[in-house]
Amino acid sequence: MAFNIYDFTSFTQSIDEALYEWLPPFWALIVEMTIIGLVFLIGYAIIGLFLVYAERKVCAFMQNRVGPNRVGPYGIFQTIADFIKLLMKELVYIKNSDKLLFNIAPFIVIIASFMAIAAIPFAKGLHAIDFDIGIMYVIAVTSLGVVGVLLAGWSSNNKYSLIGAMRSGAQIISYELSVGLSLLTIIVLAGTMQFSEVVELQSSGWFIFKGHIPACIAFVIFLIASTAETNRGPFDLAEAESELTAGFHTEYSGIKFAFFFLAEYMNMFIVASIAATVFLGGWMPFHIGSWEGFNYVMDFIPPLFWYFGKTAFIIWLMMWFKWTFPRLRIDQLLNLEWKYLLPINLVNILIMAFIVLMGWHF
Amino acid sequence: MNSFYTYFADIFRGLKSLLIGMSVTGRYFFSPGQIVTQQYPENRKTLKMFDRFKGDLMMPHDTNNQHRCTGCGICETNCPNGSIEVISDRIELPDGKKKRIIDKHIYHLSMCTFCNLCVKTCPSDALAWDQTFEHAVFDRSKLTKILNKPGSSIIKDIE
Repeated sequence: MAFNIYDFTSFTQSIDEALYEWLPPFWALIVEMTIIGLVFLIGYAIIGLFLVYAERKVCAFMQNRVGPNRVGPYGIFQTIADFIKLLMKELVYIKNSDKLLFNIAPFIVIIASFMAIAAIPFAKGLHAIDFDIGIMYVIAVTSLGVVGVLLAGWSSNNKYSLIGAMRSGAQIISYELSVGLSLLTIIVLAGTMQFSEVVELQSSGWFIFKGHIPACIAFVIFLIASTAETNRGPFDLAEAESELTAGFHTEYSGIKFAFFFLAEYMNMFIVASIAATVFLGGWMPFHIGSWEGFNYVMDFIPPLFWYFGKTAFIIWLMMWFKWTFPRLRIDQLLNLEWKYLLPINLVNILIMAFIVLMGWHF
Repeated sequence: MNSFYTYFADIFRGLKSLLIGMSVTGRYFFSPGQIVTQQYPENRKTLKMFDRFKGDLMMPHDTNNQHRCTGCGICETNCPNGSIEVISDRIELPDGKKKRIIDKHIYHLSMCTFCNLCVKTCPSDALAWDQTFEHAVFDRSKLTKILNKPGSSIIKDIE
């Protein structure tokens, strides 16, 4: 079993071959799926807890505060303590709520984010499933989460939840367009929708540099639209603490609330890793065209490090938005999408297509 | 053409104002030295409360153990929640006149809302605020304090 930090292909393949040797194909598949599921579950717990901590720290520093600093050194165990508290809380039963939908909703939200994370390449060979329409699959699957949000708002039998859910519906349906179109701009440049190929194509330079102006515009639009899609501030009017208490998850408590909370942070992680993969080269090290020496030095930094570094950078950008801008009103939100982002995006695709046609990209 | 111009002008003006906002928070993020939060139990030794902080009512005494309180009771009548009780006494001066002095100036910290009315209305400036704030005790009776020190007397000229 060859373990190589720069290329996991042989490592994952040897596990795959060993399983198929020991077990009949059906059971080997089941075992493989279970292993991947467990790995993702553990990853979810760790990344989710870390992101909550990071958000609180970043927010605190941006507001000249200290942030959590009591539980463990620099407060690193704060979110673990919070999580244990959430686990032990009572699951409150809501009178006159639609019990079935109420219980299903958090699972739909978290399943949507689980489905999305499967298509994301973490490093060479560390890739749960490599569809040849990976980007389209991710766009399709991330928008499934809104079903859970709508169900949660509808079944809670609470006007605030319903308003929050409806806002979230309007928001995600509109911003889904911008996310799709900004990714389409890059697909035009790349000529493929397969994540592994998209990353491979960026070995001579990341797409944000290769596609220069239209790629930069697409990157900014993707950041704005995906922040809106994950229901994060300044687009968090589905939750809007000051107006709707907590929006669609007002009536949820304990572990069900934790699911919504975790899904929100994991969605942020997923859109950040899509942005990192599509625009900033995913796990591909920073390469400049034909500078052999420079590229060689960059290759020594392991791809996992590159991947998580880029993702962390984009997550930090999103937190920077969230803790700087005031929340948009629902009409401003729709204005921004339909009057500004969408037309700019359409023109941007045309420009990108023209540039690709003329060969003006790098 | 004009609306075309305003459309793009709006975009760039909006972007500019957003970037100004982000530069402010970005500057805060990269300069943790600006954090003003007091981390209390750790900095207990060095923590100095501000002069105007209202911690605990006290009656300043000078080096001769003398205070300025005449025992007029104005603080007691002005206290909105009855946390001050002035018990006065009468003594006979050498020239035969009678004079009112305080026996006990009782202050119930447990009832005080730190409204500052007693200090403000005192005609002879006999009361002041202390900056201590660690008031937690195990027995409620410890929150009742007698402000004039034992054996103290009034400064001569105060009327």
